[in-house]
Amino acid sequence: MSATTPTYAFAYLDEQTKRMIRRAILKAITIPGYQVPFASREMPMPYGWGTGGVQVTASIIGPNDVLKVIDQGADDTTNAVSIRAFFERTAGVATTTRTTEATIVQTRHRVPETPLAEGQTIVFQVPIPEPLRFLEPRETETRVMHALEEYGLMHVKLYEDIARHGHIATTYAYPVKVEGRYVMDPSPIPKFDNPKMHRSPALQLFGAGREKRIYAVPPYTEVVSLDFEDHPFRIQSFDRPCALCGADDVYLDEVVTDDRGGRMFVCSDTDHCEDRRAKGFTGEQVHQEAAE
Amino acid sequence: MTHSEAVATEGGFADPVFDSQAVFAAIMDAFARPGKIVDLGARATAPAPMPAAAAAFIATLADFDTPIWLDEGLGQVPGLVPWISFHTGAPLAGKPDAARFAVLSDARELLDLGRFALGTPEYPDRSATIIAVLEGLDGGERLVLSGPGIEHEAFMEPRGLPSGFLAAVARNNALFPLGVDILLVAGAKALALARTTRIRSA
Amino acid sequence: MYIAVKGGEAAIRNAHRLLDDRRRSDRSVPALTLDQIVGQMALAVDRVMAEGSLYDQELAAMALRQARGDMIEAIFLLRAYRTTLPRFAAARPLDTFRMRIERRISAVYKDIPGGQLLGPTFDYTHRLIEPAMADDPPVDEPMRRLSEAENCPRVTDILGAEGLIEADGQAGSDGEPGDLTRDTLDFPISRDVRLQALARGDEGFLLALGYSTQRGYGRTHPFVGEIRIGLVDVEVELPEVGFPVGIGRIRVTECQMVNQFKGSAKEPPQFTRGYGLVFGQSERKAMAMSLVDRALRADEFDEERTAPAQDEEFVISHSDNVQATGFVEHLKLPHYVDFQAELDLVRRMRREQERPREETESVQEAAE
Repeated sequence: MSATTPTYAFAYLDEQTKRMIRRAILKAITIPGYQVPFASREMPMPYGWGTGGVQVTASIIGPNDVLKVIDQGADDTTNAVSIRAFFERTAGVATTTRTTEATIVQTRHRVPETPLAEGQTIVFQVPIPEPLRFLEPRETETRVMHALEEYGLMHVKLYEDIARHGHIATTYAYPVKVEGRYVMDPSPIPKFDNPKMHRSPALQLFGAGREKRIYAVPPYTEVVSLDFEDHPFRIQSFDRPCALCGADDVYLDEVVTDDRGGRMFVCSDTDHCEDRRAKGFTGEQVHQEAAE
Repeated sequence: MTHSEAVATEGGFADPVFDSQAVFAAIMDAFARPGKIVDLGARATAPAPMPAAAAAFIATLADFDTPIWLDEGLGQVPGLVPWISFHTGAPLAGKPDAARFAVLSDARELLDLGRFALGTPEYPDRSATIIAVLEGLDGGERLVLSGPGIEHEAFMEPRGLPSGFLAAVARNNALFPLGVDILLVAGAKALALARTTRIRSA
Repeated sequence: MYIAVKGGEAAIRNAHRLLDDRRRSDRSVPALTLDQIVGQMALAVDRVMAEGSLYDQELAAMALRQARGDMIEAIFLLRAYRTTLPRFAAARPLDTFRMRIERRISAVYKDIPGGQLLGPTFDYTHRLIEPAMADDPPVDEPMRRLSEAENCPRVTDILGAEGLIEADGQAGSDGEPGDLTRDTLDFPISRDVRLQALARGDEGFLLALGYSTQRGYGRTHPFVGEIRIGLVDVEVELPEVGFPVGIGRIRVTECQMVNQFKGSAKEPPQFTRGYGLVFGQSERKAMAMSLVDRALRADEFDEERTAPAQDEEFVISHSDNVQATGFVEHLKLPHYVDFQAELDLVRRMRREQERPREETESVQEAAE
């Protein structure tokens, strides 16, 4: 039998596919928060593992770009490593773990703590792009609800949470309204990160491969988390700073240190934490060790 | 082989993968920051008077899925239709509202944007992108832009916009989320006006 | 001292090295050859080609070997390769009338022109594990007969000649079939795209849905008009040549299900159709597909859509096993950032519930 030796294009996608995705990206930018359907391709990684983000990145990336990939805020989580290696292999681009050095940041579940700057593009991996999906599973219905700006159901859901739990029970993928028009899923970032999207100088692109949707928030665009006058939107707060770098304005990971209830809290954004420590900031763990 | 067939095969991207990536990156930047002038380079050369920026846009984003509308002036340019067909495979649109892209050499055509596909309430993305050829992107009347992509205000001074343009844009704004998106081009330069971009006199 | 876990790259590399080791297993046992897989695991190869949407036995065998026999993983490998291939043309519709038939049965007539032909079937085998399968004893050559030049009309054509069954479906206005791998999917979708989705769909999912229609969840009164398995020519129309050119021959399984008749005061009653066509030999899949195709046509026949198998958006959105496995399995990826957000909320709510109780208790203590 003859051997078949597959060869692959720059950044994996063929030019026809890139054109189709690029057209979708432009319309996504001009209609902020609206989900543009696109003919998502099958990627060499599983659906649900970032195929949408990867297709968006593959369609915008060029040889001069510097790519950062994070998952849960960390550059060294396995799926981030895998996606970074994919672009190193298929596009040969430079990669970095430093938020400030990156021209493109592809992310799953976090927005970096270091504020993004003009000229940067952040690409979110999105599992379920439809913010109304868990209220109404049918695409045919939710599409009409968006067309009619019929978002009452969402407010009812949030209000039912308050009635039942005393809180809005959504802690991540917290819905936002973009430029006063479309209700949008910010991807499953903790609501802590929602305010970073508001009037960000960076271009924010969202790719959902399995669900075949691309959407965008242009720079300096209004992104407002849904709330009520008597229950205003509030982000998570932590009652202690990062044990490593002492930062008290960041999102923290809880690390279980033993089976006797031992816990420590450290920055979820590994680059931000390393950067602070390099600048001499220290947290309680370092203080304890110095005391010992 | 006729003359126009001979030139049709020339003037495409020297390196389709990287040229189209570079052009797209600039176009994306333009639409993300309305009013910002970007340089699409001299990468594609279509029969004159089609400017380099319009040729680059078409070569980057058009294909057999995107019918193109040319205004009367461009429709009569020898060799332009074969050039588009050879380099992109895009068909000509039979009427304006069937076009995904429209290239206008006469800026007065911008006054009637409602002729083009505006999208539908369910699919506002199914709308045209208009590429309008101007004399220049600087030296004209100073206009103030605001909207998504713009921190506070941006300014532009394109030359050759028809009077009544601001009213036409305001009508397009009012259709949001429907409406067309516009790219103004001159030479290799381009600037974008999204359907959300509001414009007023300085 | 807590140090964040590093070395993701090394961990991945080592995991893949172990995977290779397990795949090859005992090195003293000869490796499987592609010929062995294509020849002796032919139905596995067929399923990978069918749901991988790419007819290439050799690649399917490579995928199966690489996937250690995991069907969905092999299907996924083939799909990811398929998506990189350029499209040259759309083939002309396969002419199954001219199929070189290996198996052909009808349940609606005792005998039919061309005859009932059992072919290579598991039907009527007794499902006893053969001791011979532990070894490689000689196998008899099959019985052969010269193919008769006899006509093998399709049963649906026989019924159609009498006007007893609805006509075959019509192609779209431009005659080009839709392609869900190249176009966006907007519900409701046309039957050609639906059939494409079903042909690629997960055999187990379609089997369960087809079964559910038989148990009353969207009943369609099915009869197997005909199942035929065999080789058909694939032809492409080349504008430069002016006539169709054969580019190869593939094995397919076709199932024509004859269903519940419909009629009205104006139109005389006719049976309706459900259609299944699958790469390779896969009767189960073709039959399940034809049941689900018919169930999904509920609107065409003014049938009330009440059952899962009749719900187009539900069926088509969940029939693809590559999508399904990806999203189900993605739950094993780290989600600790979101979980932290949930932990924080649950702890906060528990504290708020505790507080009023403690307050009441302390008031009581003060009173005592």
